[in-house]
Amino acid sequence: MTYIRSQFRHPGLPKNDLGYTTKEYEGAISTLCAGCGHDSISGSIIQACFEMSIAPHRIAKLSGIGCSSKTPTYFLGHSHGFNSVHGRMPSVATGANMANRDLLYMGVSGDGDSASIGMGQFVHVIRRNLNMVYIVMNNGCYGLTKGQDSATADAGSKSKKGVANPFQPIDMAGLALELGASFVAQSFSGDKEQLIPLIKAAIDHPGFAFINVISPCVTFNNNPGSTKSYDYVREHVEATATVDFVPLKKEITTSYQKGTGTDIKMHDGSYIHLEKLADDLDPYDRLSAMNALQNARNKNEILTGLLYINPESTDLHHTIQTSDRPLNTLGQEELCPGSGVLEGINGELR
Amino acid sequence: MKPTDDKNPEYFHKVVDCQYACPAHTPVPEYIRLIAEGKYTEAYMINWESNVFPGILGRTCDRPCEPACRRGRVEEEPVAICRLKRVAADNKEDVKQFMPKAPFEKNGKRIALIGGGPASLTVARDLAPLGYEIHLYDEQDAGGGMMRSQIPSFRLPIDVLNEEVDYILDLGIHTQFKTYVSSLQEILDMGYDAVFVGTGAPRGRDLIIPGRKEADRNIHIGVDWLASVAFEHTHKIGKKVIVLGGGNTAMDCCRTSRRLGGEQVKVVVRSPYAEMKASPWEKEDALHEDIQILDNHVPKIFVVEDGKLKGMTFEKVHAVFNEKGKRSLVPTGEPEVFIEADDVLVAIGLENTFPWVEKSTGVEFGEWGMPVVDAVTFQSTNKSVFFGGDSAFGPKNVITAVAHGHQAAISINLYLKEKSLTERPSPFVNLVSQKMGIHEWSYDSEVENDLRYAVPHAAKTVTLKDRKMEVELGFDLQTALKEARRCLNCDVQTVFVKDRCIECDACMDICPTSCITFTANGEEEDLRTRLKAPSLNLSQDLYVSDTLPTSRVMVKDEDVCLHCGLCAERCPTSAWDMQQFLYKVTKAC
Ligand SMILES: Cc1cc2nc3c(=O)[nH]c(=O)nc-3n(C[C@H](O)[C@H](O)[C@H](O)COP(=O)(O)OP(=O)(O)OC[C@H]3O[C@@H](n4cnc5c(N)ncnc54)[C@H](O)[C@@H]3O)c2cc1C
Ligand SMILES: Cc1ncc(C[n+]2csc(CCOP(=O)(O)OP(=O)(O)O)c2C)c(N)n1
Ligand code: SF4
Ligand code: SF4
Ligand code: SF4
Ligand SMILES: [Mg+2]
Repeated sequence: MTYIRSQFRHPGLPKNDLGYTTKEYEGAISTLCAGCGHDSISGSIIQACFEMSIAPHRIAKLSGIGCSSKTPTYFLGHSHGFNSVHGRMPSVATGANMANRDLLYMGVSGDGDSASIGMGQFVHVIRRNLNMVYIVMNNGCYGLTKGQDSATADAGSKSKKGVANPFQPIDMAGLALELGASFVAQSFSGDKEQLIPLIKAAIDHPGFAFINVISPCVTFNNNPGSTKSYDYVREHVEATATVDFVPLKKEITTSYQKGTGTDIKMHDGSYIHLEKLADDLDPYDRLSAMNALQNARNKNEILTGLLYINPESTDLHHTIQTSDRPLNTLGQEELCPGSGVLEGINGELR
Repeated sequence: MKPTDDKNPEYFHKVVDCQYACPAHTPVPEYIRLIAEGKYTEAYMINWESNVFPGILGRTCDRPCEPACRRGRVEEEPVAICRLKRVAADNKEDVKQFMPKAPFEKNGKRIALIGGGPASLTVARDLAPLGYEIHLYDEQDAGGGMMRSQIPSFRLPIDVLNEEVDYILDLGIHTQFKTYVSSLQEILDMGYDAVFVGTGAPRGRDLIIPGRKEADRNIHIGVDWLASVAFEHTHKIGKKVIVLGGGNTAMDCCRTSRRLGGEQVKVVVRSPYAEMKASPWEKEDALHEDIQILDNHVPKIFVVEDGKLKGMTFEKVHAVFNEKGKRSLVPTGEPEVFIEADDVLVAIGLENTFPWVEKSTGVEFGEWGMPVVDAVTFQSTNKSVFFGGDSAFGPKNVITAVAHGHQAAISINLYLKEKSLTERPSPFVNLVSQKMGIHEWSYDSEVENDLRYAVPHAAKTVTLKDRKMEVELGFDLQTALKEARRCLNCDVQTVFVKDRCIECDACMDICPTSCITFTANGEEEDLRTRLKAPSLNLSQDLYVSDTLPTSRVMVKDEDVCLHCGLCAERCPTSAWDMQQFLYKVTKAC
């Protein structure tokens, strides 16, 4: 009987700029069902953070409740983490980010967590453009509570018991676009080649970076008639382009030939390279992204890839003009400059 | 790449690195599991069937399996396979009840075996139960060949040797000890239906340099000297001893010298230390017994004064490699070195010699005076004469002699049944699922982190006083269990069924050692560059599936698979299963 993953790794694993292998980015062994899409997404997060050479202790993982929200235990075991109340991850993330702007905030949620109980929080964190990555592991059901239809289940999609869902779905990517999110992408857990660069770009993006990832629940929603099963998604998935994220320092060596695709310059000189970009999509144009999404839906297609990005995005700290230094590093002297200063201010008001 | 044909037993056979590397293909993981379960007798019998001398080999085997062991590629050292074999031998109960019992019904055919070493004894064991009347000739006064005359008792106690030789002789073998065969023709004329030659490589090479003749009284040929110690003709040696040579014979000579009165014993070898032929553990044991090893010294002269050996002079050299990587030893130009010595043992190699095989026998000889022998059938140019062990292709080791013996026995049996010798019997194979539950296997799938355990040694203050006292004490049972659990069970194969896979990536994500990749197919060279982890060990195969629905293939690099079963536990559709693969070389039957 095992549920133990050996400590041995491939002896030839590559090392990143920090001298770490992917092992330093792993978490505990997953307790999700075998074959769950969420585990694949965890794998992609590990790979993305490894490839970007992010020091694990510079990352904070945040989540709500659900199988999806359990995953932070299964990746980045050396990072900070907060497993919050159902649907309340955005407010915890906001608080943490306000206190320490220097960490990278990696939010993970489910379709139940974000589109039902947490909807109020979700929409506001988008409005505020909090600097974080927000991944929804979207399986169209409440996996943890045994597979009830969620608010993202498509109308007519059949659950394991064979009952068709009578309600209209909430389109998470469409909603994020509508609310003004500065980075919106959609992907599929089974397509790491696309998902990893999207996560890297989301990490690099200064503002709210949303990725809606279709992630089949093998146990409760992988049956014929479900629109979130491995087979259905594979048959209906349509990519806007192939995506590559080229970090600043690699630019010189990996630079793509001019004219073979679209390069999206990021704030720090890195860029996202899109190859074979669909004709009807301009990722700088919110309206075009919304149209593309609607058109795909009319054709029963699941559109994946980078949908929209605002390269001029500025985050919440900028908007509300907080101090450049993280609040949690300010000492009593800076925060409480003393009665002399107070008197000066009061004097100015007289 | 083409999809792997996992129905071909040779594919999974190769995955079991240790068994594949063993010349006799002993089912190593199978017996290690039995040791872990405390089933020493069963573990012993599995060994006995394959390699005939588990107790002897568990102490002295050259262990080609260990450098091949997968564990050595995952962490620092391989499983102590050889010393676990000894645990089975030391702790077994009565095994005779499980062995074939003489007398056997005779088939009317008579076979002569010349030489009583491991090769001949293996032929005897395989053929006697089939009803052949077997006559074994050896010039020594007991069976075992060089295992008796050469391997010192402090490495191989005489009781262990006698026990395993007797298991064979008790099968009704007619022995003619103290009988030197001086004419093969005479043997053939005696009307044997077949003859097996297992006479080994009996002659030690001499070193002819100035002073050799004058100092003859104190210069000994290593193998002859060891034999004379073993047969109790020699009991002491001078205080200062030089042993020439860097192989295992040199190691046995120097360590035996330490036990016969040698105080300053020096091994002097031409080649650099790292290139010495002796096994690393033998060098370690010698150093531990305060023996000095001087490398890069070429012998020049035996220095004799007043008709007595005083020592030797050596020229210092260093290794130089040409563009083709060929080594030559070039003098450093330093002054010659003089080393004092009362006795010198020459252990610079063995030679085959067949003065007793006449032309009239039809046995032809080729290069270097070696007989012309078929590498598969072991048949010579006289169809009824077979060779095996060191006499066939030059000096090797016990386990190779055993493997030759098995194959020669098959050939002799086929030959006497008038069947084709080239149609070899196929191996016995079996593949059985180990699944018991979602996270439960019928093997111990958990991978232990323990590093290799060292076998305890008796204190040298004691062992150096008694040439017959065994140095290695063997594992105690608790340590044996821990060492056994280091085995990765490489015979429990990961078997992939393409049609079940839904491409969820779970196996790829969970695999601790990144063995599994789903990617577009390509030629092997190209595929190896696109796997999840570097795929640099070209001697290990890629397990490739047929094309999956996403038009990718599953590729598993067998190199560092821990056989932990997590891929199979994580697979929602049982596309992976862990199946125990048994591979047994078929014996003469
Ligand atoms: C010093 C030393 C140490 C060794 N240590 C090891 C070790 O630790 N592990 C290991 O695996 N291998 C070791 N070997 C090698 C190993 O002993 C041999 O490879 C192995 O014994 C070969 O077996 P064989 O059956 O071919 O012949 P042998 O064991 O050489 O037996 C041949 C027998 O034939 C007899 N014989 C020869 N000619 C005639 C004749 N004309 N008539 C009658 N009898 C004859 C010989 O007396 C001998 O008894 C060692 C060898 C030496 C020299
Ligand atoms: C306040 C509160 N209400 C209800 C629940 C019960 N509950 C646990 S998980 C869950 C739904 C999770 O669905 P989702 O976020 O899609 O996660 P999944 O398991 O599908 O990944 C619910 C309703 C709860 N834990 N807390
Ligand atoms: S219930 Fe569904 S979502 Fe939860 S672990 Fe199992 S497969 Fe994954
Ligand atoms: S048994 Fe499976 S999971 Fe374990 S190391 Fe081998 S391929 Fe990887
Ligand atoms: S876990 Fe099973 S179904 Fe999933 S990819 Fe691996 S073999 Fe295929
Ligand atoms: Mg869900």
